Amino acid sequence: MGASPPQDHRKTELPPLKRGAVALWQRLRWKLRLRLQRQMLLARAIRKRRELRLISDRRASIRKTDSLAVICLRNEAVRLPHFLSHYRKLGVGHFLVIDNASTDGSAALLAAEPDVSVWRTEASYRSARFGLDWTNWLLLRYGHGHWCLTVDADELLVYPNCETRPLPALTKWLESTGQVAMPAMMLELYPEGPLGAEDYRAGEDPLTVLPWFDAGNYSVIRQPKLDNLWIQGGPRARVFFANDPRRAPTLNKLPLVKWHWRYAYLNSTHTALPATLNHVYATAGGATTSGVLLHTKFLPQILEKSAEEKERREHFADPRRFGSYYDGLIEAPVLFCERSTRYTGWRQLEALGLLSRGGWL
Amino acid sequence: MTLGFVMLCHTALDRAAEVARYWASRDCPVVVHVDKRTSGSQVAQMQSDLADLDNVRFSTRHACEWGTWGIVAATQAAASLMLREFPQVRHVYLASGSCLPLRPVEEMRAYLDDRPRTDFIESVTTADVGWTMGGLDYERFTLRFPFSWRKHRWLFDNYVELQRKFRIRRAIPAGIVPHLGSQWWCLTRQTLSAILEGPDRADHDRYFRKVWIPDESYFQTLVRQVSTNVESRSLTLSKFDFQGKPHIFYDDHLQLLKRSDCFVARKIWPRAEKLYASFLSPTAGDEPRAEPNPGKIDRLFAKAVERRTTGRAGLYMQSRFPNGEWAQGRTAAPYSVFEGFADVFENFETWLSKVSGSRVHGHLFSPERVEFAGGVSVYNGAMSDSAALRDYNPRSFLTNLIWNTRGERQCFQFGPSDNQKIAGFIAADPNAQISVISGAFAVPLFQSNRNFSEIRAEAARLQRIESDLLAELRGPHVKAKVRIWTLAEFIESPMEPLQSIVDEISPRSLRRLAEVPRMVDLTGFGQFLQNLRNQGMQPVLMGDFPAGQDYPNAAGRRPRPYLVK
Repeated sequence: MGASPPQDHRKTELPPLKRGAVALWQRLRWKLRLRLQRQMLLARAIRKRRELRLISDRRASIRKTDSLAVICLRNEAVRLPHFLSHYRKLGVGHFLVIDNASTDGSAALLAAEPDVSVWRTEASYRSARFGLDWTNWLLLRYGHGHWCLTVDADELLVYPNCETRPLPALTKWLESTGQVAMPAMMLELYPEGPLGAEDYRAGEDPLTVLPWFDAGNYSVIRQPKLDNLWIQGGPRARVFFANDPRRAPTLNKLPLVKWHWRYAYLNSTHTALPATLNHVYATAGGATTSGVLLHTKFLPQILEKSAEEKERREHFADPRRFGSYYDGLIEAPVLFCERSTRYTGWRQLEALGLLSRGGWL
Repeated sequence: MTLGFVMLCHTALDRAAEVARYWASRDCPVVVHVDKRTSGSQVAQMQSDLADLDNVRFSTRHACEWGTWGIVAATQAAASLMLREFPQVRHVYLASGSCLPLRPVEEMRAYLDDRPRTDFIESVTTADVGWTMGGLDYERFTLRFPFSWRKHRWLFDNYVELQRKFRIRRAIPAGIVPHLGSQWWCLTRQTLSAILEGPDRADHDRYFRKVWIPDESYFQTLVRQVSTNVESRSLTLSKFDFQGKPHIFYDDHLQLLKRSDCFVARKIWPRAEKLYASFLSPTAGDEPRAEPNPGKIDRLFAKAVERRTTGRAGLYMQSRFPNGEWAQGRTAAPYSVFEGFADVFENFETWLSKVSGSRVHGHLFSPERVEFAGGVSVYNGAMSDSAALRDYNPRSFLTNLIWNTRGERQCFQFGPSDNQKIAGFIAADPNAQISVISGAFAVPLFQSNRNFSEIRAEAARLQRIESDLLAELRGPHVKAKVRIWTLAEFIESPMEPLQSIVDEISPRSLRRLAEVPRMVDLTGFGQFLQNLRNQGMQPVLMGDFPAGQDYPNAAGRRPRPYLVK
């Protein structure tokens, strides 16, 4: 839902490795800490379930082999028609949606759908750790044993051969290779002119309005603590954070996981626990299978939304520091530059090295 | 005379039934074996689906766990039933429930009619197979495998190790020469019945029951004893991924499968509607076909496996992040780094880009901004010229630049006043060609209009930074191609170094440089260095400059600009 909180500003390096017993003890202590953290997350999720009220119950139609989509949203009525059709085409079996106090009729729209169950909450997005506690609860309760796709309403998943091979084919392949999670970095799409200038109507493909993206300006580092890659960059880093790159949005995501009730998302869907889930990349020179989340944040509605979010202060760990970021957005900036690339499909993304088949021919 | 199909099925029985119907209704008897672990209701459904066909039989069900005897037992039972029930069958084709015929049965029958005595079965001696995964080939026949590979991997592996360690072996029965090959074969009645009805069958079965993955060795080995005409290849197109698991074909493989000209392919994704509709349609295979040739698509699959295991050099992304030690392929393509050249020559960048046909940037790691070629503010891939963005992750910056400009050689200037964090990475990169004129940083200082105390401090700072860099470039871990000259050496004879650098950048245009860049006026530079010395600094990196006023240029030993005869 909207902007994702940036990665915590903690140190990314483990303490220098010592030999023998000390090293063993350090590792063990670190592992125990992560374990405790995961248990805390699960406890929070279980506690926060009380904030959710089931308003549209279609859970009976969930089959054992279905892939599930879990979404937490607020005022996304404009995006939802295309969002649902995109994911239905990919073969999502059931949508579990958390509606965080929408006022634009999103809930009613969703309640009319036969494959969508809706929970409603008026509680604070921020104090539910940016909705993650609610998401973790639904995953814990319904996700176990299913391949679960946790996305925002402005994220559209593409992966190798997605137009001919539905999600069950992908997940079967991932399982056969022993991958229990698939990474899909966010690729931010933007219009040619200033933000908010185009016209977008519900149901249209957002790509017609937002066809441009940054092809190759991403910073990638490995964070040993959680064993994940931290990817930043893209148009927002280029335009809004060129002088403070550390605060630029985190783009790595782990949206597709064969869920186990013991798992928990830690920081949006950027990282999850146990930490082994984050190790979805090849380190010996090869490449695993990955997708891309097309981020349609910059549809024309972004201007009003930014003004509203700046007031609500429900995003970011320290919203004050991002006031200027919202101001930047409200001023209808141009993200397009002469080296922008026009989106044509997943094959193009593969050629550019933004996603890879990982041997899935 | 006709052809019979034995089908081993375990899931997606509706698809298997579709294929069985296709064959049976074209006068090819089918014997279906369904895994014992498949639920009874599904089997009943399949049986009722095929009830109207009088040439379809269901054989005794065995549990078929991968790698175990069950699959062979199932094959034996089904093949025996086929030979008994359908005397008109001459060739028996072993297929699976996820197989799909790619060419009409009539063509296949005609093909086999031309080769009535030929057994099509891949059968290779263990010494010659290259495809076994996990290193078990000959040992499949000599070790014991009481533990399930799927369920008890640890026990399986360790029991193998134990037997290796203590050299415990099973004896191979006399007359058996182990052969391996694809499980999917097409054998003649004579050969198949000789195997199934042979006097030694009980002995063979007892032995193979404990061989690892007997479905890839039982028929493959025994066929060598009874057949006189083995054609060692499978008529079934089957490809394997990087883990040795069969590749699955989807709708988007339609053209690929058509091009393969094979008779049967596996495995097919059960929901590949387009593939089933297209290959099972009555009009399928109207186009003229050639000899089966799976080799046509081998290259494609080999490439996919390579992408998985070695990936694309120089690419760092969400699913590929090679370890730091991975020196090969740090960057995507060769590039050149020049230190000091832009200080010594007035128009080095334009000159270099002209003679070498490569892209020449300014100081990419300059502290103010990234000096992309042409002074643009965004470069390929929407890379920003913000120094802060670059310095946030200099490695990603460089690897991105080289990746984004694949196909065009990149050159850039580097110097002691630039951000040095990237130096170690470049030095250890085999793709880098680094050329350094040491001490050249003094030339702009020499030309500058600053107070001498400032110049002296700055010269000392830059010299310290450049010394560190040179130490790094002379270190033991350097993989880059490094050339270092002192300023004095270089201006003594600048042509040779330039020629060799340009030759290396653009090897195709091997010719003498017709035009050289214009060197800055160094009259008085020797005295300048002497002044630095007199002020207490020790300029060492520039090499040996005489202190007198008359160093080369003043003496007029060389006309300027330098021109080659």
